[in-house]
Amino acid sequence: MKKTMLKVVVCAVLVAALGWMAGGRTHLFAATHLFTTAGAAGPVEIKIDNYSFTPADITVAAGTTVTWVNRDDVPHTVRNNDGTLKSKALDTDDKFSMTFDKPGTYEYFCSIHPKMTAKVVVK
Amino acid sequence: MADFIKDNLNADGVDRRGFLKCMAWAGTGTFCLIQGGVLKSFALSDIANRGLAAAKGELSFVQLSDSHIGFDKAANPDVTATLDAAIAKVNALETPPEFVLHTGDLSHLSKPSEFDTLDQRLKSLRTDKVFYVPGEHDVLNDDGAQYRERYGKGTKGDGWYSFDQKGVHFIGLVNVMNLKAGGLGTLGKDQLEFVEDDVKHLKSSTPIVVFAHIPLWSVYPEWGWGTDDGAQALGYLKRFGSVSVLNGHIHQIMQKVEGNVTFHTAMSTAFPQPQPGTAPSPGPMKVPADKLRALLGVTDVNFVRGKNTLAVVDSTLA
Repeated sequence: MKKTMLKVVVCAVLVAALGWMAGGRTHLFAATHLFTTAGAAGPVEIKIDNYSFTPADITVAAGTTVTWVNRDDVPHTVRNNDGTLKSKALDTDDKFSMTFDKPGTYEYFCSIHPKMTAKVVVK
Repeated sequence: MADFIKDNLNADGVDRRGFLKCMAWAGTGTFCLIQGGVLKSFALSDIANRGLAAAKGELSFVQLSDSHIGFDKAANPDVTATLDAAIAKVNALETPPEFVLHTGDLSHLSKPSEFDTLDQRLKSLRTDKVFYVPGEHDVLNDDGAQYRERYGKGTKGDGWYSFDQKGVHFIGLVNVMNLKAGGLGTLGKDQLEFVEDDVKHLKSSTPIVVFAHIPLWSVYPEWGWGTDDGAQALGYLKRFGSVSVLNGHIHQIMQKVEGNVTFHTAMSTAFPQPQPGTAPSPGPMKVPADKLRALLGVTDVNFVRGKNTLAVVDSTLA
């Protein structure tokens, strides 16, 4: 477990350094890679808190189940334009899960607070 | 109290385009007076000094907003009690209001039991006329079918309508449906056509009151506090001498004057939300229990025909 953690940290540092060298988008880049390395095809959780999805940009392997959990005091939804993602209104601590079998980019938003946008990239 | 706005409006009201903020902190409220489309604001505590306590019109009504029945979190674990307090305040008014407008978020989660509780509480109002527009919390999961069944009888589209009361034309709009990713509140093509058509036959001297849940003006787009096509709707009202826009959604009082239009948002009867940009998100504001009621409220509107005056009074529940 310690070794894995070390790997993740080293990876994160490397990725951050690369991102810094490439200029900009460091945060996004690092977050994405942390999840693909640490998560592999295991379940992934996206937290809804402070009117935002965290992480907002995530890459997962095909077949991964992603679970959204609402930690806000107000309800949110997870929806997209073509209806592939369509959660009910999630009250505090409610969860919504979706298994992504097909590769692609899934942009989604909260239909109650549409300023909240995010995406899941399936590879 | 340093927050009230002094007499700094010119008679034409066009030189003041910035926000006129009447934040009702610490138990103060705001008294607002519109004369010829120009709005003046006073701290409630200042009304007596200015001799405005007896300001009465031919028409007065009350705006309630954002009751969020069903919300039970720390910011206010008993939203039914604070709604009751608001109703008591309305019933205690010297001049009983002609009717009550509720500008949405009646419920927190669109549950039938939440709507039932609201209906039951509002029965104790001393007026049986209540007009509604939905908030985004009232149309969850069913695109507003239940809302329209309960509150939208005789309305058009998603629940929009208009009516006349003592010479004032009221337009209730729905800007919480079909919201687009990254966008703000939306009225949509059909509703815009309705507004354009609805006012065609009216004389330009008719006072207009537009009410909708999400502000029709850009309060703070970063938090979604605005309506994408709100300006287009208001464009149809340009020729009118007096237009007042009443909204809820942001759980605090804000006012702005743009030429002939005065914009006004109301407090919530349930919980306060932070001032734009002062918090990481617009989530419910947790305040000490003894401060809560000072941040919740009721809006009382007086219309005086002939003098073309609309007075908007916000009082807190404290």
